[in-house]
Amino acid sequence: MYDGAYSDKVIDHFTNPRNVGEIENASGVGTVGNAKCGDIMRIFLDIDPDTHIIKDAKFKTFGCGAAVATSSMATEMVKGKTVEEALQLTNKAVMEALDGLPQVKIHCSLLAEEAVHAALWDYAQKNGITIEGLKKPKNDIYDEE
Amino acid sequence: MADKTIYLDNASTTRVRKEVLDEMLPYFMEYYGNSASIHALGKAPREAVKEAREKIAKVIKANPDEIYFTSGGSESDTWVLKSAVMGPHKKGSHVIVSAIEHHAILNTCDLLVKSGYKVTYVPVDKYGIVDMDAIEKAITPETALISVMTANNEIGTIEPIKEIGALAHKHNVLFHTDAVQAYGQVDIDVTRDNVDFLSASAHKLGGPKGVGFLYIRKGVRIDPLICGGEQERGIRGGTTNTPGVVGFGKAAELAMENMEARAKKERELRDHLIDRVLKEIPYSYLNGHPTQRLPGNANISFHFIEGESLLMSLNMKGICISTGSACASGSLDPSHVLLAIGLEHQHAHGSLRFTVSDENTMEDVDYAVDVLKESVERLRSMSPLYDDFIKNKKA
Repeated sequence: MYDGAYSDKVIDHFTNPRNVGEIENASGVGTVGNAKCGDIMRIFLDIDPDTHIIKDAKFKTFGCGAAVATSSMATEMVKGKTVEEALQLTNKAVMEALDGLPQVKIHCSLLAEEAVHAALWDYAQKNGITIEGLKKPKNDIYDEE
Repeated sequence: MADKTIYLDNASTTRVRKEVLDEMLPYFMEYYGNSASIHALGKAPREAVKEAREKIAKVIKANPDEIYFTSGGSESDTWVLKSAVMGPHKKGSHVIVSAIEHHAILNTCDLLVKSGYKVTYVPVDKYGIVDMDAIEKAITPETALISVMTANNEIGTIEPIKEIGALAHKHNVLFHTDAVQAYGQVDIDVTRDNVDFLSASAHKLGGPKGVGFLYIRKGVRIDPLICGGEQERGIRGGTTNTPGVVGFGKAAELAMENMEARAKKERELRDHLIDRVLKEIPYSYLNGHPTQRLPGNANISFHFIEGESLLMSLNMKGICISTGSACASGSLDPSHVLLAIGLEHQHAHGSLRFTVSDENTMEDVDYAVDVLKESVERLRSMSPLYDDFIKNKKA
């Protein structure tokens, strides 16, 4: 699962993850995943209220090497994008940017997509706005079932 | 990659010892004959296999003709379980195993269940010691076999096999023990310990991969799993793996010679590792029994982090270890052993197994702990679970 199974980009983003940390008073925070499954991602977004452009993105992740790498890549990819553009970010795009993931790790990239959506949902809720195509995220991180 | 390799994964496999390899080599090109051949080239391999069988039997105080060579521990486990319910001893259609057996046992049990046989999985306590009362309660007139490992491969817990064997025999049930991790590591006496069948493998004790044996007590008959010629008294077909068997014999002999000294050294290294980790890394917990455990085994959970990412971090610094996390195995659930001793999923995901050998040094252990400390700190600084924990603690 390690050496060889991961691309150099995954190893790089695991070893030197970009955007680790928190944003104080973030515009939106999303936490997805489940401790039982071994992956939890929390993404923080700083969004310009006028332009809806994501000025900054940070993350904290509990999970395997692929979970850390996808969090790192997803936060890189949403920075500078508008909320609407960020919503279009797919797990496939994150995976491609990392030069692929092993089959059993594809769920990590889905989690990264969900974490971005959850943070956008939080932003929409806080500001009383509706973002077209955005659904309420699941939040069950401490659920042991 | 790091420029040095520190191997702390000796329960996965070991390096073949130099003396073992030297003893094996002539049997590839010089004495390459088939040990079953009647002509001149059969003689040397035949004698070498006989000698190896004696050395291997001695480790568990068995007779040489009770040792049946196989391809390894998994074959031995599969063989005995399948034969217990299907073979000539077919006393019944039920087997009892512990919940923390190796997958060679558990996956064979799945096949037995699919074929209509019954399997009872008995629980273990928080240290991994099997529940004797549960075994006794599970025994029925249909029970053909009880199988409990001598020592667990993940947490190193040593099971009370002598008592389990006595219990089995009291109820006229056969007893098998998977001693793949324990053979040559801890004192086993098949007669004293009431063992009818025992599985072992050469590569766990400095021998080559691809060779093991099943001990079958004299007087107990089972059908073959691998059908073929008259090798192994006609119940395990296939040309004898002479170099492998010879290597296994040498490894067994070496293991016997220095068992105590080796165990003492491994225990010192292992205890140093555990002491430092538990003292220097907060929220780390030892899994398994504090004393009833294999000398080289340390299994530790690190809260708030996931094992595969920790394993990767150590791997980059040249340290080789294993994890009980699901993420490392490709399955969804973490180690069945850690769940069986009552760990929450989250903590099972965050577990590492270190298994030292007498080839390791204190410097190896200290380096590994230093890297481990840094890595745990780094991963916790990224962990939302750790954040939540610290915030709740302050609140």
